[in-house]
Amino acid sequence: MSESVKEIVRKAGLRLLQMHYESRVGHIGGNLSCLDLLVTLHHRVLGPDDRFVLSKGHAAGALYATLWSRGLLSDADLATFHQDDTKLAGHPPVEGIPGLLFATGSLGHGLGLAAGLALAKRLKGEPGRVFCLMSDGEWNEGSCWEALTFAAHQRLGGLTILVDLNGLQGFGTTTEVADLDSLADKLRGFHIDVHEIDGHDPAAIERALAAGAADRERPTAIVARTVKGHGVSFMEHRMEWHYLPLSAEQYQNAVAELSKR
Amino acid sequence: MRTILSTALTDLCARPDFVFLTGDLGFMALEPVREAAGARFINAGVAEQNMVTVAAGLARGGLRPWVYSIAPFLYARPFEQIRNDVCLHGLPVALVGNGGGYAYGVMGATHHALEDYGALTALAHLTAYVPAFAEDVGAAVARISAGSGPAYLRLGRDEKPKTLALPPYAPWRRVLAGGGPTMVIVGPLAGGIIDALMTRPEATRPAVWVVTELPIVETAPPEAFLADLRRSAHLYVIEEHVAQGGAGQMLAYALAKRGLAPPRFTHRCAQGYPSARYGSQKFHRKESGLDPESIVASLAGMAADPRGSAA
Repeated sequence: MSESVKEIVRKAGLRLLQMHYESRVGHIGGNLSCLDLLVTLHHRVLGPDDRFVLSKGHAAGALYATLWSRGLLSDADLATFHQDDTKLAGHPPVEGIPGLLFATGSLGHGLGLAAGLALAKRLKGEPGRVFCLMSDGEWNEGSCWEALTFAAHQRLGGLTILVDLNGLQGFGTTTEVADLDSLADKLRGFHIDVHEIDGHDPAAIERALAAGAADRERPTAIVARTVKGHGVSFMEHRMEWHYLPLSAEQYQNAVAELSKR
Repeated sequence: MRTILSTALTDLCARPDFVFLTGDLGFMALEPVREAAGARFINAGVAEQNMVTVAAGLARGGLRPWVYSIAPFLYARPFEQIRNDVCLHGLPVALVGNGGGYAYGVMGATHHALEDYGALTALAHLTAYVPAFAEDVGAAVARISAGSGPAYLRLGRDEKPKTLALPPYAPWRRVLAGGGPTMVIVGPLAGGIIDALMTRPEATRPAVWVVTELPIVETAPPEAFLADLRRSAHLYVIEEHVAQGGAGQMLAYALAKRGLAPPRFTHRCAQGYPSARYGSQKFHRKESGLDPESIVASLAGMAADPRGSAA
């Protein structure tokens, strides 16, 4: 039996903490919240014909750590994260990262890009699915709803949307800032296939991703309930970890907690 | 020009990588493209941001998207999508904007495109094509199709000069010889101005150049143009676009960088809405001094004043 997703997530999480600690950058909370989604997708689902778009570009660190866990980026690559002369910018760059097709970071672009990729596959008769990882705060952007309308209307069954529903955005909770609760119900209103799952349960993620493959007529949305800063108690549900770098002591404590998982 | 575009695109439909998106516009013009393209004709709805982003996805997926709207809705609303999704990646997306400048006249300021090519040519990899005559549209479409990067095609009404035999398409063309100032015109307003200048004595009328591709890089001006400029020592640029980011600024910068800046520079460009009143394209051109009569009058003034006009 191959290594469990949970074990890969644990290792990738530790590597992610190290990256963020060494480069002294923030955004760690929203990276930890989507790590189970990224690792499950990349280790259990994505094939050579499939495409992935990271719409929540501020989770670049989690994506880099996930690609590292698949052997697609090296320790030497990760050591350059956020440094001068790196290809691993704080948000995904235009080129140079395996499997990455688009520079993202301004929210509200990924779903339309993924819809275009899915439509190109359909028009060309090519196999494969397209996956797009979005944040929940990102749905404040009107372009997301334009893209959802388009994808649903065009019946892009090859498209699967993953929403990292961690409930925190830039300067408040998603409920306080622009309440879209329940996002899943709103997505259902577009007559797409919607699954609500625990975003930290790899088996549930894998099941939902498999269900998405079955519906070839409608896009699938997986609304994954997650915890910002997941796995590190002093980060969980706390907005400051959208921004703050780790001190040495915080790093040691975070490593100790994640190591036990 | 829109009908000619429709014909040129219909011819392109046979290409396996052709795909067309419209922002719910093109009624009574693009029906032939819809017929010929079938499933590759996509009405993306009144959602320009998404239309441009989807086009980037289609281009990344190996297709050559043509994206259509009226010019004002195509460059401003989805500017970030053009910048991030298309130009940053150098993707071959062709943006086709109908009605550049004041073309939509009395429809009002929201329907005018006065800053389009200035804004777009600031972006990486993008080339803007501004056909002056209907005959240029097919050539522009062919050049965009043959290229590998993003393009913007600004269309207007055909205002072909009545008596001039046009030289074949080139990004820089001298369409009228003359011993006066070296004139550069961008866009369809060239037609009426050329007609007005044709009747003037060749010895004193401007040498008229039509430029159809932007930005103007340092190496763009051809030697024959530079020779005209050396002789006249007076550059006169006319465009239906604001001064900022316009062809006048591009050309002045390119010449200055090469140490070829002429002693005299006249720039006629869109002035916005000086009277806060609205009317036809002709009305707005006149308000900006872009109509043939104003141009001719400015030349007469220059002849009387050896220092020329700063207008």
